[in-house]
Amino acid sequence: MYKVFKNSLFVAIFSVTRLFAQQHAAEMGANAGQDTLAHSVNIPSGAHSAAEEVHGAGPAVMDANHAEHAAGGHEEAEFKADEAAFHHISDLNVYSIGPWNLPLPCMLYAPNKGWSLFSSSKFGIDNAHHGSGHKAIDGYVLNHGKVMRVKDPNFPQTEVEVGHFTTREEVIDEKGTKKDVSYVEYNGAEYALEHQSTADGGLFGGGITNFYDFSITKNVAGMFLILALLSWLFLSMAKKYKSAPGTAPTGIQKLIEPLIMFIKEEVAIPFIGAKHERFMPLLLSLFFLILALNLFGQIPFFGGTNVTGNLGFTVVLAIIVTLVVNFNGNKHYWQHIFNMPGIPGWVKFLITPIEVLSIFIKPLTLSLRLFANITAGHIVILVFISLIFMFGKSGANPGAAWGASVASVLLALFISAIELLVAFIQAYVFTLLTASYIGAATEEHHAHEAEH
Amino acid sequence: MTGSIAAIGMGLAAIGAGIGVGNIGGKAFEAIARQPEAVGDIRANMILTAALVEGAALIAILMAFLVK
Repeated sequence: MYKVFKNSLFVAIFSVTRLFAQQHAAEMGANAGQDTLAHSVNIPSGAHSAAEEVHGAGPAVMDANHAEHAAGGHEEAEFKADEAAFHHISDLNVYSIGPWNLPLPCMLYAPNKGWSLFSSSKFGIDNAHHGSGHKAIDGYVLNHGKVMRVKDPNFPQTEVEVGHFTTREEVIDEKGTKKDVSYVEYNGAEYALEHQSTADGGLFGGGITNFYDFSITKNVAGMFLILALLSWLFLSMAKKYKSAPGTAPTGIQKLIEPLIMFIKEEVAIPFIGAKHERFMPLLLSLFFLILALNLFGQIPFFGGTNVTGNLGFTVVLAIIVTLVVNFNGNKHYWQHIFNMPGIPGWVKFLITPIEVLSIFIKPLTLSLRLFANITAGHIVILVFISLIFMFGKSGANPGAAWGASVASVLLALFISAIELLVAFIQAYVFTLLTASYIGAATEEHHAHEAEH
Repeated sequence: MTGSIAAIGMGLAAIGAGIGVGNIGGKAFEAIARQPEAVGDIRANMILTAALVEGAALIAILMAFLVK
């Protein structure tokens, strides 16, 4: 599944570029060995210039040490834009801002081991290797920013030094399903790693694993930050409204008040009607939370928390909306689902299953819409930035990297501008659809009652 | 080149949604041109309908993931 997503998205957006890259694959292969060699001593000069170019450019989401990794390529010689893009939108156990890797608390649980609580700085995060730890703790390792667990139970369950990480695509079952499997080097032998545990059931890699990751990850840290920011903003504003009621808004109130009035007058009142006051807290919370997280995820060189582009987060929001809609549904709402009025009996056999399904399809599309829009936007920007490294041929061709960087930074700027619009539109659409679902569930159907 | 036929399905879903959203946008602008005072209602309904059309495309893309 991951492979399909990778391929189709990539082919759709960048078939031309890919072709260009493939044309030069032979030359790349020739340069590859030399690059790896160069990297073990220091960073190739081409990589350095490309890295600085990314650093100087406004919208670039990659930072210098990512660029080093991308250009130097310590494990894979050829730069893979799709892998780089997926790495940068995924949730990590370390918060990277520029060359600094801020450690985050790890809370890990394995059924046969119990809880392991420690800071991810204990892994000994290596800048040159891009968020990979050179230590294993309790059998856990940090592979490119993600906590993974060594599968082998004989692996030492204390603090030990480990070597390089490698990732290979392997056939994992008799059906021939291929999946990326990571390995860690220890004492000259390779140990297979369990994937990072995810709640999406392995839809985008990972899956149900032999350990559970309850850590404060990059995304969770970003959410806490936004929680603090929004709480401070709205509580201080509320205080102002209480202390000086009826006065003209000042400062940040001038920005927030029109947005609140917009949600109230353009979303809540037209779709919900008289009962809108009751649902305003939910609608405003959804709108400002999604808007703030969307915008926060777009700040370049700030870790790039991708909270609203995470399926787990959007699904939880959609579940909350579904519970609110269905618990507030009046008898007309349920009557329209199970016993649609005004149609012949035999049609009801067709309509009722569709209506019941729609209860579940509504939150599904609600969560997927937000997730897909934000994720697609981030991937497009990252792939534009990746062009620099693809044209630069992994640091072998600094001239082409400089040339491509001009074009790709301009394109990334353009997409970033569109993404600002999308950040607002998606927050608005999520709130609008929530309001329309609530409105449909709480509406009084006077017209129908008159007919019957 | 390796790949899956599901990728073609994703592309078709995108084409369908593109046509749908394009129609919605075009008609909404026509409606706004005819009746500029109703711009608020038209815009809200335009975005709502576009979101619903997009939902169909998203389900198709999800299915493309699942059937692989």
